[in-house]
Amino acid sequence: MIVRISGEDQYELPDEDVARLNQLESDVVAIVDGGRNGDFAEAYRVLLDYVRANGKVVSDDELASSDVILPPADLTFAEAGTEFTGEGLIPD
Amino acid sequence: MAGLGGRMSTVVKAKVSKLLDRAEDPAETLDYSYQKQVEQLQNVKKGIADVVTAKKRLQMQETSLQQSVVKLDTQARQALSAGQEDLARAALERKNVAQTELQGLDTQVTELEQQQQKLTDSEQKLRAKIEAFRTKKEVIKAQYSAAEAQVRISEAATGVGEQMADVGLAMQRAVDKTENMRARADAVQELEAAGTFDDITALGSGEDDIDRQLKELSSQPAVDDELAKMKGELGSGASTAQLSTPGEAAPPAGEQAGGGDAQS
Repeated sequence: MIVRISGEDQYELPDEDVARLNQLESDVVAIVDGGRNGDFAEAYRVLLDYVRANGKVVSDDELASSDVILPPADLTFAEAGTEFTGEGLIPD
Repeated sequence: MAGLGGRMSTVVKAKVSKLLDRAEDPAETLDYSYQKQVEQLQNVKKGIADVVTAKKRLQMQETSLQQSVVKLDTQARQALSAGQEDLARAALERKNVAQTELQGLDTQVTELEQQQQKLTDSEQKLRAKIEAFRTKKEVIKAQYSAAEAQVRISEAATGVGEQMADVGLAMQRAVDKTENMRARADAVQELEAAGTFDDITALGSGEDDIDRQLKELSSQPAVDDELAKMKGELGSGASTAQLSTPGEAAPPAGEQAGGGDAQS
């Protein structure tokens, strides 16, 4: 599975990591949904750190598309909210 | 993971499939894609240049404010030495405002530098992907039948498209940041245009509008502290300080009438 952290790199992760990644992402989504502003940064950092620590960086000259694209590390709580509504982070 | 990351990958895939629909001929699609990619790369370079320009503008303002701080500090000292405390206070108020603006500019220059670095990194990654695409398109053209080629093109184009979208996002964030900074840069310029950091000695007697505004802008306790400190340094503020000679401590106020005077 290939995961891109926006603004950084693409990482190749073993398929077994999907469940853990899903769990970490659900945590973040729950925090955003619950409006728990104070918990957001830490939870999102944990998710990204998991990808960085367990993934292998995909070389720049490889043309692989990602299965998942995660927003940048400096994502704000407000921006995380727009990921679920409106246009999202990438405008058309 | 349809939550955080889902939307972005969907957008990229939709854009790539739109591109693939445009041309029936795989070779044409490939060349068209490549051409678009090279165009995009030029846009990224332009985006970086814009960030650099914004940064330079802020840095020029910083230099000018630094000069104002030095000048106003000197003038405050001169005014105080000449016994013009009001003028010294006015100069320090202006200095205080200049310093506050300077701190804000400094933070923003640092932020812009980070944005510039991120964009440069992204640009390099995109360039590598585009180069890989250029190689791959020739291989696809030479080796695959039309049907097979479509699949390979889709993969390659999505790979580049994703990097492109990523650079696009980084650019957007940089543009947003630059916009915010423009507001501060404009505010500093307005203060400069109003003569805020001009020669304090050019001021006439009495308070003008600028002075009243500056009193609101500047942090009064900080100005009071600095004025007191300056008085101490110059040794010209309080009358007791004026009376004491170097090397000899002024006698405590309570003992002045007694032993202190008797010795002279």
